[in-house]
Amino acid sequence: MAHDVEATNRTRSEYEYLRRKRSKEMQGMVTTFAMMIFLTLIAFTVVHAGFSPYLITPIILLLAAVQVILQLYYFMHMNNKGHGTIAFFMYSGIFVAFITVLALVTIVWW
Amino acid sequence: MDINKRYTPQTWPDHPETATLEGKNKFVGFWLLLAAETVTFASLFATYLALKDRGPSGMDLTASQLFELPLVFIMTMILLTSSLTSVYAMYHMKNHNFKAMQAWLGVTVLLGATFLGLEIYEFNHYVHLGFGFTHSAFSSAFYILVGTHGAHVLFGLSWFIALMLRNGKRGLNMYNAPKFYLASLYWHFIDVVWVFIFTVVYLMGVIG
Repeated sequence: MAHDVEATNRTRSEYEYLRRKRSKEMQGMVTTFAMMIFLTLIAFTVVHAGFSPYLITPIILLLAAVQVILQLYYFMHMNNKGHGTIAFFMYSGIFVAFITVLALVTIVWW
Repeated sequence: MDINKRYTPQTWPDHPETATLEGKNKFVGFWLLLAAETVTFASLFATYLALKDRGPSGMDLTASQLFELPLVFIMTMILLTSSLTSVYAMYHMKNHNFKAMQAWLGVTVLLGATFLGLEIYEFNHYVHLGFGFTHSAFSSAFYILVGTHGAHVLFGLSWFIALMLRNGKRGLNMYNAPKFYLASLYWHFIDVVWVFIFTVVYLMGVIG
């Protein structure tokens, strides 16, 4: 019962269209991957260049945030339809995560 | 309807992972787990940040003395590439191409195993330098954070291998499509965590 699904019947042209659409999406994924590699390279390069930590730290944290957004919205398909509940879960999780990190780095000292 | 009903690429649903009630439930439940995992890792990151370079007075081996970027860079590239190969696997899953999906999952597993091997090498290297788990508060926080991620990689690898073997002769159907989809989501999440580990632990460690 739990595995029941409506039968899908496609015409030849519908099927061809879907294949092309998926192939286009896959090209977009490869572009996303190239961007992730690029962001990673920038992060390692600025650290290797040895600028002031006060300048580098915000830059690499921002690069990490952008890369994670790419990963969540493209590789994990959060940009697709039907991900409203999922976005609510994740943003709640990220909110609690942010508070936790903030609390431990500002309140805890030696 | 039989859960082992056979499909062709023409009759395969657009979103096989959420085409059944079972799949929908798994999908929502799994993302709830990922949200909870985000909080778990946040507490480990927060502990690490609070205890970074802390320990007994006069301790040696701080983050900037210990970490070396070349190995971390290679590990990052391997894990990032394995994320793309699992995207390829899901592309073939949606096209109902079982063999291609299994092949890309195989590549993902190989890359993941390489990553894990390098991590074990790295930990072994640190222990030989005298940076064991009980060396300092810093070392404990480091091993717990990076080790928990490593344990997730190991679990993800076992999950992929189990799915590939268990469904090797079955082919793709409504029963296992959600399983493959969720395993690949888990693998992407592991990469998400690693992005913060290489940034917060290694890059921020090296700059002091």
